[in-house]
Amino acid sequence: GLELQLSYTLRHQHPVEYTVPIQLPVINQVFGTSRAVKISPNSPVARLRPVSGKYMLGEVVAVRVPLLHLSNFQINDWPELSTKRYALMVLMLPSDSARQWHVHELELVEVVADQVAVALSHAAILEESMRARNLLMEQNVALDLARREAETAIRARNDFLAVMNHEMRTPMHAIIALSSLLQETELTPEQRLMVETILKSSNLLATLMNDVLDLSRLEDGSLQLELGTFNLHTLFREVLNLIKPIAVVKKLPITLNLAPDLPEFVVGDEKRLMQIILNIVGNAVKFSKQGSISVTALVTKSDTRDADFFVVPTGSHFYLRVKVKDSGAGINPQDIPKLFTKFAQTQSLATRSSGGSGLGLAISKRFVNLMEGNIWIESDGLGKGCTAIFDVKLGISERSNESKQSGIPKVPAIPRHSSFTGLKVLVMDENGVSRMVTKGLLVHLGCEVTTVSSNEECLRVVSHEHKVVFMDVCLPGVENYQIALRIHEKFTKQRHQRPLLVALT
Amino acid sequence: MNTTVVAQLQRQFQDYIVSLYQQGFLDNQFSELRKLQDEGTPDFVAEVVSLFFDDCSKLINTMSASLERPDNVDFKQVDSGVHQLKGSSSSVGAQRVKNVCISFKECCHVQNREGCLRCLQQVDYEYKMLKTKLQDLFNLEQQILQAGGTIPQVDIN
Repeated sequence: GLELQLSYTLRHQHPVEYTVPIQLPVINQVFGTSRAVKISPNSPVARLRPVSGKYMLGEVVAVRVPLLHLSNFQINDWPELSTKRYALMVLMLPSDSARQWHVHELELVEVVADQVAVALSHAAILEESMRARNLLMEQNVALDLARREAETAIRARNDFLAVMNHEMRTPMHAIIALSSLLQETELTPEQRLMVETILKSSNLLATLMNDVLDLSRLEDGSLQLELGTFNLHTLFREVLNLIKPIAVVKKLPITLNLAPDLPEFVVGDEKRLMQIILNIVGNAVKFSKQGSISVTALVTKSDTRDADFFVVPTGSHFYLRVKVKDSGAGINPQDIPKLFTKFAQTQSLATRSSGGSGLGLAISKRFVNLMEGNIWIESDGLGKGCTAIFDVKLGISERSNESKQSGIPKVPAIPRHSSFTGLKVLVMDENGVSRMVTKGLLVHLGCEVTTVSSNEECLRVVSHEHKVVFMDVCLPGVENYQIALRIHEKFTKQRHQRPLLVALT
Repeated sequence: MNTTVVAQLQRQFQDYIVSLYQQGFLDNQFSELRKLQDEGTPDFVAEVVSLFFDDCSKLINTMSASLERPDNVDFKQVDSGVHQLKGSSSSVGAQRVKNVCISFKECCHVQNREGCLRCLQQVDYEYKMLKTKLQDLFNLEQQILQAGGTIPQVDIN
């Protein structure tokens, strides 16, 4: 500034506002040297108190006091006095005394001036740190408030979602259920088309709603996996069965390849794993116009392709790797990272006449991550199909694979209907091949099958033990009807034991 | 068990069987037949198919004999033979054979000897072709089993 302000005095507690212009010659003189300088008592800096009529004003000495800044304190060096900012210390001997400043006293004054400089700087630093501490405290309070506000917001959102979850789903289900029922009634073609559209749209909306709810729970980490023991092999077959109807319409063969060392009984979240596989396989089917789809499941070893994700099977856990390869439209390698971003649609995807929400892959990725796994897509480019691959960690169930080791044959894939087990039936077919095929089917369903190749033989063999008689009626003529009549006659007396007659064409 | 070899064989098997379907040699009935095979009946498909080919051979011989003399063709007998063949081929999913039988039946119906002979020739060709293809398929299956692997399930729709 342009003035020096009086800051401290020895006697007066509250110094009066007293300033002197900084450009005074006496001040320049004092600031120009590090020595204490005798100055005139009449100088403006010395004329603090009103002259009270004494004869002799005491001698006055002034010395500069360097104002040290925080940055002046180097660790190794003594602070340099290169700073240009000074305070002015004025020492006045009492009036009317004969005392004079002596040389050694002046030296003392100079030393004191340095110490005063240090003290002033300490005070400044202390002030600064206290200011910083106050600021920090204020920030902490603000952060705490923000955190509590955020928590309140999340709670409010969860409450909202929980309520809306139920509130939205109820009418949605009503729409879907009643539209389905409507489909079963007699409708004109236009009406049927309208109902189908309503149904498709509502299903889409329901899926979207579920996805959004799932995703929001996944994002704030409140979703937890529901672990349980389940049959992994069966799960894959179920997924394929679910996808079959769509694949039928599109004439896409699907092959399932389960590795021989794939455990059968595993521990994990069955519902969510199925959701992931269904999503991936569904996408493969959805986006393929022709060709074929293959689903492979295997146990990964530690040397995986993905360089930054090393898989080490531990104790009772293993990593399942599923590869779904399709021969569909393929994906531009640049678009691959976007696939897992929710709602992002690439150019090529947008041109497809798909009805899928944009969330499926994003959710699958979240689930895969929850299962401590990894998911990625490889494609050689547009038109060259693509392969979706994911790894997830699953536990091995204790009850698993004992059957494999002890040589007990596995339970067949198609469960036998318990209502047919041991049912005695008779199959009559002239054609040897057809006879064998029909027998094979019935045996597979659990029946006890006797076969005959002619009507006469049929009449001879049929007994009350046979609950059902399957007859091939491809031969034209009334013969078949007559045979039926004759079987009927055979059992007139025991009507309750008459077998059921089924005609095969 | 060498998993790479098994995987390769499985891949080969898959591709081969898919191609058989796509080329129309087999239809959905064959895949239904495969589903009936399990631990209790491990050779079911092979047995049925073998029976079918025997049937084909016998029926073709009989029909050939019936069609031999141009002035004395028993179309009823030929028709009955074709009928049998059509039924058998339907049961095993031999699509191409079945399709020829449909035309064959038509020729019998209009008593066209030339047409019948042509169809007979075609049926003979088709069943022998299918026999070779299925033989290759079964060989692949055996190789997979011997290498310790399992036969992949293939869903054809």
